[in-house]
Amino acid sequence: MARSAERRPFGDHLGRGLYLAFCVAVLVFLIAPMLVIVPLSFNAEPYFTFTEGMLRLDADAWSLRWYRGIVADDDWPRALGNSLVIGVAATAIATALGVLAALGLANPAMPGRVPVTALLLSPMVTPLVISAAGMFFFYSDLGLAQTHLGLILAHAALGAPFVVITVTATLAGFDGNLARAAASLGAAPPTVFRRVQLPLIAPGVISGALFAFATSLDEVVTVLFLGGLEQRTIPRKMWSGIREEISPEILAVATILVAFALLLLGTVEWLRRRGGERAAARFRPG
Amino acid sequence: MGTAQSHVEFRGVGKTYDGRTMVVRDLDLRARRGEFLTLLGPSGSGKTTCLMMLAGFETPTEGEIRIAGRPVHDVPPRKRGIGMVFQNYALFPHMTVGRNLSFPLEVRGMDAARRAECVRRVLALVRLDGFEARRPDELSGGQQQRVAIARALVFEPDLVLMDEPLGALDRRLREEMQFEIRRIQRELGVTVVYVTHDQQEAMAMSDRVAVFHRGRIEQVASPETLYEEPEGEFVARFIGDNNLLRGRIVSVGPDTCEVETPGGTVRAFPVHRHRPGDRTVLAIRPERVGLARTGVYSNIFEADVEDIAFLGDHLRLRLDLCGNPAFIVKIPNTVGHGAVLRGDRIRVGWGAVDCRALPDDEGARAVEAVAA
Ligand SMILES: Nc1ncnc2c1ncn2[C@@H]1O[C@H](COP(=O)(O)OP(=O)(O)OP(=O)(O)O)[C@@H](O)[C@H]1O
Ligand SMILES: [Mg+2]
Repeated sequence: MARSAERRPFGDHLGRGLYLAFCVAVLVFLIAPMLVIVPLSFNAEPYFTFTEGMLRLDADAWSLRWYRGIVADDDWPRALGNSLVIGVAATAIATALGVLAALGLANPAMPGRVPVTALLLSPMVTPLVISAAGMFFFYSDLGLAQTHLGLILAHAALGAPFVVITVTATLAGFDGNLARAAASLGAAPPTVFRRVQLPLIAPGVISGALFAFATSLDEVVTVLFLGGLEQRTIPRKMWSGIREEISPEILAVATILVAFALLLLGTVEWLRRRGGERAAARFRPG
Repeated sequence: MGTAQSHVEFRGVGKTYDGRTMVVRDLDLRARRGEFLTLLGPSGSGKTTCLMMLAGFETPTEGEIRIAGRPVHDVPPRKRGIGMVFQNYALFPHMTVGRNLSFPLEVRGMDAARRAECVRRVLALVRLDGFEARRPDELSGGQQQRVAIARALVFEPDLVLMDEPLGALDRRLREEMQFEIRRIQRELGVTVVYVTHDQQEAMAMSDRVAVFHRGRIEQVASPETLYEEPEGEFVARFIGDNNLLRGRIVSVGPDTCEVETPGGTVRAFPVHRHRPGDRTVLAIRPERVGLARTGVYSNIFEADVEDIAFLGDHLRLRLDLCGNPAFIVKIPNTVGHGAVLRGDRIRVGWGAVDCRALPDDEGARAVEAVAA
């Protein structure tokens, strides 16, 4: 008895130590590589390592030259343009289709809800290489390979599941009778959608759209398969940049992307909190 | 107004969701203009389904529904002009009370000044003057309920459906709202089809009550008639308290019949055309049974008082009588506490008219099963 009482604190310490070590390992291996690129992108020398000057915090060792390089270079702005065009168009399609699908799936009278849901969400679980290869052969026959439209459609298919999931989750918090109530009050279906359903699911729609946009923005596999020279997106350009001409410009682009991703995440979180507060207020006992 | 002028009419309506079980069967039901008709029944008896079919959110599998004499099977809900109050209110959470109420007026293209006037009037009707700017989540349950009723009335429908609108309220508020709804209904003269599973609520509010049981209507009648003249065992059990005695018809006269029960022969009022030998269920209200020395009764029995409860204005006795081990008798407290004690052997009696010989449901069910 006495021994176990002595040993337990030791076990506790050990468990706690392991736990902390694990957390630190996660941070080091997952987060540190991302954080380290931020200062490195301000390197004044064309190296991927910290120079002595940087470590001494010499102002000369730091510079914006790679950021200037991105802007001066023709390829990066073009890649950015491609990424934005494809991302925005794919997001628009994914959002429209995803919202409609979620609304339909929320109707208990809809037949085959489970298989349809599984089908709609399948792009999330299918290995990307497989979908991309399939799309390549299919789109080639249709003449959609190496076109912007082809990539937009591919990215829309990858992004739509996020919209379906976020909108379905938002709808689950709402009374299914609201749409019926609106109809009984004389509203036609488009009015019901615009005045009642859309305002209520807006947080879900927006966060779904942001996820879809982020998916398109950092997607490289389908671009490798389907994109030609004209469809080079930022990730695709980084891919070749790393393989062909190693330049810290990539670090600068990566830093910008990280900042952008943080902005998106922050927006999603803010929307989620706002939606949560509203839901909590609604269910406050009256 | 003749029957052709019924405001709402169900003709032979049947409904199945899964193609196998009929949740509503052979439904024939009418509501007159300005009537307060309640659909009453236990959970799962098909009340909501009927209301949803009337509102247009479900389609009948069989039969026809008419509103103001016109079949409505191809009229979508938004064109039926029916006000609807949902159980959980279904107020739009992102709109203020004022916007909730003006929504039906906006979709009808009414101009802003008239809308504001209508909203003010209807808020006064439900006694929520000045609540326009509140949001639904800033209202109490009872206030939300009133807004839901106001929204169902603001566009002046002549037919209003309510599905257990008071289900979420506590008892005091329920009773208050029962009177409110009744007052508003009388004031506006609208037809109301109301759903509840609370028989007291149905009795207190309705002109007529349709008692639902397993998708069928057992009886449609005024609350008084349902209480005094139940036509079947289910209604006799469901509305108020009743003592049931099972037995067999011995002989049938014009106004009375004789029924053999385990405790002796009982003279009763035949509700149906019984024949000697038929099985029957006798229904006797506890308050219609009296101590035999205080009245003249066609039926007098002796029994031991198994239990007794003093309830102030009346005494509640439990007897073992004619095969029913929990035969309840309510005796008005005119004799004072102590006049009857547990274990006393007493003589009780009741009149033949207060003892209704109903068809035995078990028998009826057996026949039904054979026919199906
Ligand atoms: N959308 C539906 N799909 C399948 N079955 C349904 C559906 N709605 C109702 N049912 C079934 O139909 C039967 C009647 O349901 P209904 O909702 O009409 O009952 P109710 O009388 O309103 O009961 P409650 O008092 O519990 O509200 C039930 O057995 C129910 O399970
Ligand atoms: Mg119901």
